[in-house]
Amino acid sequence: MTVIKETDFGTPAVHAATTVRLTIDGRQIDVPAGTSLMRAAAEAGIEVPKLCATDMIDAFGSCRLCLVEVDGRRGTPASCTTPAEEGMVVRTQTDRLKGLRRGVMELYISDHPLDCLTCAANGDCELQDMAGAVGLREVRYGYDGSNHVTPRDTSGETNPLYRPQDQSNPYFTYDPSKCIVCSRCVRACEEVQGTFALTIEGRGFGSRVAAGMNEDFLSSECVSCGACVQACPTATLQENSVIDIGLPEHSKVTTCAYCGVGCSFKAEMRGEEVVRMVPWKDGKANRGHSCVKGRFAWGYATHRDRILNPMIREKITDPWREVSWEEAFAHTARELRRIQHQYGREAIGGITSSRCTNEETYLVQKLVRAGFRNNNVDTCARVCHSPTGYGLGQAFGTSAGTQDFDSVEDTDVMIVIGANPTDGHPVFASRMKKRLRQGARLIVIDPRRIDLVRTPHVEAAHHLPLKPGTNVAVLTAMAHVIVTEGLCDERFIRERCDWSEFEDWAAFVAEERHGPEATAAYTGVDAEALRQAARLFATGGNGAIYYGLGVTEHSQGSTAVMALANLAMATGNIGRRGVGVNPLRGQNNVQGSCDMGSFPHELPGYRHISGDETRQIFEKLWGVELDSEPGLRIPNMLDAAVHGNFRGLYVQGEDILQSDPDTKHVAAGLAAMECVIVHDLFLNETANYAHVFLPGSTFLEKDGTFTNAERRINRVRKVMSPKNGYADWEVTLKLAEALGLDWSYRHPSEIMDEIAATTPSFAGVNYAMLDQKGSVQWPCNASVPDGTPIMHIDGFVRGRGKFIRTEYVATDEKTGPRFPLLLTTGRILSQYNVGAQTRRTANSTWHAEDRLEVHPHDAEQRGIRDGELVKLASRSGATALRARITDRVATGVVYTTFHHPDTQANVITTDYTDWATNCPEYKVTAVQVSPANGPTDWQQSYSAQAEAARRIAEPEVEPAE
Amino acid sequence: MAAADEIQSAQQATARAIAGAHSHREGALLPILHAVQEEFGCIPPQTIPAIADVLNLSRAEVHGVVSFYHDFRDTPAGRHVVKLCRAEACQAMGGAALAEQLLEDLDTGWSGTTADGRLTIEPVYCLGLCACAPAAMIDEKPHGRLDAARLTTLLSELAP
Repeated sequence: MTVIKETDFGTPAVHAATTVRLTIDGRQIDVPAGTSLMRAAAEAGIEVPKLCATDMIDAFGSCRLCLVEVDGRRGTPASCTTPAEEGMVVRTQTDRLKGLRRGVMELYISDHPLDCLTCAANGDCELQDMAGAVGLREVRYGYDGSNHVTPRDTSGETNPLYRPQDQSNPYFTYDPSKCIVCSRCVRACEEVQGTFALTIEGRGFGSRVAAGMNEDFLSSECVSCGACVQACPTATLQENSVIDIGLPEHSKVTTCAYCGVGCSFKAEMRGEEVVRMVPWKDGKANRGHSCVKGRFAWGYATHRDRILNPMIREKITDPWREVSWEEAFAHTARELRRIQHQYGREAIGGITSSRCTNEETYLVQKLVRAGFRNNNVDTCARVCHSPTGYGLGQAFGTSAGTQDFDSVEDTDVMIVIGANPTDGHPVFASRMKKRLRQGARLIVIDPRRIDLVRTPHVEAAHHLPLKPGTNVAVLTAMAHVIVTEGLCDERFIRERCDWSEFEDWAAFVAEERHGPEATAAYTGVDAEALRQAARLFATGGNGAIYYGLGVTEHSQGSTAVMALANLAMATGNIGRRGVGVNPLRGQNNVQGSCDMGSFPHELPGYRHISGDETRQIFEKLWGVELDSEPGLRIPNMLDAAVHGNFRGLYVQGEDILQSDPDTKHVAAGLAAMECVIVHDLFLNETANYAHVFLPGSTFLEKDGTFTNAERRINRVRKVMSPKNGYADWEVTLKLAEALGLDWSYRHPSEIMDEIAATTPSFAGVNYAMLDQKGSVQWPCNASVPDGTPIMHIDGFVRGRGKFIRTEYVATDEKTGPRFPLLLTTGRILSQYNVGAQTRRTANSTWHAEDRLEVHPHDAEQRGIRDGELVKLASRSGATALRARITDRVATGVVYTTFHHPDTQANVITTDYTDWATNCPEYKVTAVQVSPANGPTDWQQSYSAQAEAARRIAEPEVEPAE
Repeated sequence: MAAADEIQSAQQATARAIAGAHSHREGALLPILHAVQEEFGCIPPQTIPAIADVLNLSRAEVHGVVSFYHDFRDTPAGRHVVKLCRAEACQAMGGAALAEQLLEDLDTGWSGTTADGRLTIEPVYCLGLCACAPAAMIDEKPHGRLDAARLTTLLSELAP
């Protein structure tokens, strides 16, 4: 095993229709026109020395090390900035070049410390490599002169040029004394990440890299994505983990277990210890970029809070008792069978995890269907993107986004609605920003002024700050403008869609009551701005829609998804690069968990359980008869529990108590059950109500696959042994065995083989193929062996695209005198979901608590000042948290995140749900805000219960003699 | 403290107004920085985020530009600015000694301002007056063939 070395081609790849042929060092090479000489050489395996060039960023031409000679031309041009031309004859190694390069290196090294042996980058330093490559043997200038290296000069005076290390960022250190001012970090921050947090300060010899206005990194605009650290050719920007541990000795490519972008990383290891996670340039979702979570926040995997031994207890008021795995499995199986015997086959169920692998999810739903013999299986997508599955399934025929992420490179107009990509999907947001800087236009539809509305070098053409809960009215009004102003793409609609359905829909949206002027009164969106935005989307070229939970988590979530599909079809924006309807999915494998048959009504591949043909496939393979009736959804399970006819639940990798709406109702449902089995890394909030705790494993400890928001199936590879003893799929397997099922999987690849054998859209997927191709986007089968980056190219999967009327129905959750404000919820860059992972990392440096964003006007009316504790109350409950006064939210709207269990924003949210899918209406709750002087009663009783429920009994020890 | 805050926010508002007046221009940043320095005698650091915001740049970018140019200051200069040439020709003609003497007489250093706030002495590398070295520029006006006496006279003729 060795560390995976990626070739650095020096400058980015060029896509050109024509190629040119040139000769470099006697070798003939064909490259796309416009390719740099440096890249052309690298593609032929010729390494030109370089320092300021790297292929993630554009050429800069500052280090003067990559000079070459070109026959017939004077001088020694820099190979990174010189494009290859037909017939060029280039020499990369001549005596003249050698002399020049040594001279350049000599100058660099004269202002660089000579501490290679004790340097953190020893062995992984491009400066060191280049000194070797050019044969540097002496530095005639000496080291006594002016320099940035030593704190004091030879006479003991303070060296004004010296700057100490900046260790403010918890994950990396900036050591200016090692900086060669190549600007790679500055350019990576600008071109790759798009934050522009770094600059070169000063001029000439005094030039230094500075964050913000020469601030420390933490207080600058830096978002800690790690692009600068990755770009740095020296130890100037270095991961603290490398400083602490040393260099890795082997690595494996795996997939990040945070958001739905699904970034590929090289897990660089020393033995079983992770040294660092480095984004993989061949990863097709992230193209070599990362964010603060995937790059740095993996420390939770070895956090002391992890539970490593199975535990059981009779009652939730008892302390936990650690037991052997055998006892845990036997006990659990006994309990589940007892409950079924006593209360009926339907009295138990399971919840699959959007954080676990496809294979693990498949096994849990199989356990429920084949082992529990019912269809009471659901997944956390219920509470996030179930409307996406339903809405897009109805309109197009597939329950998934239509594009790959690369498609954004051809987008001319983006609609971002109900999503906050720079916080929720940061790596894709960077790709969006890159395209926007190239000139694409942006329409943001969001109650809040998210960062994308205006961030350095990016500004939305239109921001429509609608009232929470009025998505459908706004989208229908946009359709109204497009239809009534004659902006529809009639040819596309006639070719691809059902014309009579379109006519019906067009007549519906054209009604005056749907126009922006008529709807402005309750949407709060300026009619003229909406008209301009609609015109821009219809006429601005390739239009792509990106949306998130701000669309789905509403009482009309499914309707809003259909409204987006209508807009895309009406404007002909489906079926090619640069367009489409694209859900930004929240969790790493929420797409996969839906694909794997986690819903009570669907078998893998979105096939309804009532379909005899589909059921027979599984019945034959599994050797059991399957129930043809859909089972219970999560809210129904909890309702049934309260009513007494649902008594046992197996929850894998999900914290329903914290993440599901109306916490009190969830708690009541869980408390009414007799056997709640929580299978997780930590004693999460749900575990406070559990009777069995099965320790889970992290993504670093298992093999499998995750499917990201673009339907891309990425490999997850095991880099360390499970600290708890078993990977999650093995735990489910052993539980199934204890229940008497005869399962014989030896490796997750065999589970994938079963998925492929039973599910047409996965028919072509297997581990050997994934190892070879890196990743593949489903559908992948005999007709599309390489997968499907873009769907509906020649026609919709369902046949003809379906236009569906989208009547706006206001939610029942209404403001009134007691609850005059609307609360909407979201997330923040540094934390993830319920925070179980990120709160156990240094990411809390950025976001240590949930804050309530309040508009200055609303704050003033209530006498609330910035940073003060406020009580946030709804019809469901009340909690207390600190206020942040900001005009990012409109008056009448307040906003918070739900990352911290001591805030429990979901004690506020109600149990209203999407009409079609029961997806909770997290994004709209009528609330009141008032000054508070301490936690609410509920918070106090909750934390007392949590503390009591987390007690673990000391193991009984034999008394000493 | 409150007064300092008020001055800061007034400066930010002024900088914002200046930036807004120029923001339609191509390459607006340099004209804005000149106008801000004209207004305050320097580019007060707290105005940088305001200028960045108007142009939709990051504050790092604006800081990078401000710190690149010698002529943008972060604190106001004295009432008169004296730029003494330190380039080769002037050095050869006794410029170095002249400068050393002046700094000693005024009890200040390079880029320093006299205690009474009257004079700021700055180095400059060539004023294009090599033929009449040593040279200096006093409040935008070039002077050649300097010696200690002439320099003292010139400075004494300046307004207090």
